[in-house]
Amino acid sequence: MGVWHHRYAKLVTVCTVLLIAAGGMVTSTDSGLSVPDWPTTYGWNMFTFPVSKWVGGIRYEHSHRLIASTVGFLTIVLAGWTWWIETRPWVRKLAFAALGAVILQGLLGGLTVLFFLPPAISIGHAGLAQIFFCLTLTLALVTSPGWKSATAPVDDAMLRRVAMATTAIIYTQILVGATMRHTNAGLAIPDFPFAFGQLLPPVWNAKVAIHFAHRVGALVVTLAILATSSHVFYHHRGRRELVRPAFLLLMFLSMQVTLGAFVVWSRMDPVINTAHVVNGALVLGTSLVLTLRANAAAAQSFRRARSAAQGRPEGLRANAEARP
Amino acid sequence: MSRNFALIALAALLAATACGSGGDDTGKSLVARGTKNVDPATAATIGGTVMFEGTPPPSTTISMASDPGCGTTPVTSESILVDNGGLQNVFVYIKDDVGSEYAFAVPTEPVKLDQKGCHYIPHVVGVRAGQPLEVVNSDNTMHNVHGMPEANREFNTGQPVPGMKTPTTFTTPEVLIRFKCDVHSWMHAYVGVVAHPFFAVSGSGGKFELKGIPPGTYTIEAVHEKLGRQTQSVTLGDKDAKTITFTFKPAV
Repeated sequence: MGVWHHRYAKLVTVCTVLLIAAGGMVTSTDSGLSVPDWPTTYGWNMFTFPVSKWVGGIRYEHSHRLIASTVGFLTIVLAGWTWWIETRPWVRKLAFAALGAVILQGLLGGLTVLFFLPPAISIGHAGLAQIFFCLTLTLALVTSPGWKSATAPVDDAMLRRVAMATTAIIYTQILVGATMRHTNAGLAIPDFPFAFGQLLPPVWNAKVAIHFAHRVGALVVTLAILATSSHVFYHHRGRRELVRPAFLLLMFLSMQVTLGAFVVWSRMDPVINTAHVVNGALVLGTSLVLTLRANAAAAQSFRRARSAAQGRPEGLRANAEARP
Repeated sequence: MSRNFALIALAALLAATACGSGGDDTGKSLVARGTKNVDPATAATIGGTVMFEGTPPPSTTISMASDPGCGTTPVTSESILVDNGGLQNVFVYIKDDVGSEYAFAVPTEPVKLDQKGCHYIPHVVGVRAGQPLEVVNSDNTMHNVHGMPEANREFNTGQPVPGMKTPTTFTTPEVLIRFKCDVHSWMHAYVGVVAHPFFAVSGSGGKFELKGIPPGTYTIEAVHEKLGRQTQSVTLGDKDAKTITFTFKPAV
């Protein structure tokens, strides 16, 4: 049962990546307002809108709504299943946090349509999408047999700090990227790697500043990932659970920088643009996995200390406790 | 926990409401409010040409493959249309507040903006503040009518059924308001909303004419969707017929 629960959590995570891709295509093709109403679609119930009418931008916006509804339903099941099967209270809370996030995400998606894509709501929608992805990924990780059976996780305070900082920096960079996308600043600096043929932009306005901040952010993210990965390779090269995400992180980073360059060179081709968004989520997710694994030992110690203080064994199900 | 989510959702809703209030069409309106009538015996005319300097960009055919309902008639980009050196689709109007002195009855007949073959006809059109504008779907496919004004209220209305008409009225003068169909990303139109009847859109050869203008000194503005704005000052005596020329260059 637990194995199937873990597999199901992985399925929800994969579907969330698809959802991020669908959302990326909506913004990249400028189709966000091709369906002017919400939660209906041109007056139809969303689920009965005829396929023959999925034309032009509607194809992207409507399929995004349907995938989002599917992920919402999958998350309801995940929350219920986790509540039923999981013995660790914090994991159950996490599942319901994911459910809350997906509900709020749906509301933000609807509001941004009804209010003609105000940047604040659209950026919030993009930022929450990544948080939701991180929640489903965390659920998939902590329900895995490997996580549950880990007997001696790495206990390295420096790794914890550098990995956490890297994840936070990546998320901040994603928010800057979302701001760039939703304020139409994607080509505010039209060349790459230079800015108007120079190292620093010779002209400045809000859009140029946002765009340039994203480029500087890419540099900071690169340095942070290099620091984290180097630390893993140097101090924990025997630990597969750390080395693997560190390698993946470097691979996704190089893909992300390449895609970012091609976004500019292709004049924001929708597919390349969306690939950049999705790969950004994969960079964040991989860094999160590394961070969680780096913190596993500390979290175990914390939970044991708390359980001891409360005089009960760790992981006892709350409602089981209440039973006579 | 669910209570927390409800609070977050409520906060998001309030924030969204604050952010998305859109344009206000009840604000300062410059519609005609004078009392004098224009004397036809002294009314003057401004004619002229909008020229394009340099090599016009090549005409590009728009791919409409994403919607078979758009038909097979090829549509080319209308952003920069040059005819015999003259620039078409430039909105030319008197920028001054002529209505503060003169009274101009607002026509009740709607101005029609058609969507046919998945492009707007006409590409640029003028309408009086307070006069109805009717956006028609003459296509056998779906459109959404997305008006993106700044001084008036933004709107986005679906037209899922062929033959649908979306009426709208702008009460505040605004030049130019961008219209867009988000279903068909290539579809754009521009509407100039003016408080008086002295406006025109440059046609073949870039020619335009403003008629029935009371004598006086005016600022004439020419606005192009991509190439920006230009102004000229013109003084008109009784029955004058002045000719002016605007020259636009390609954006650098």
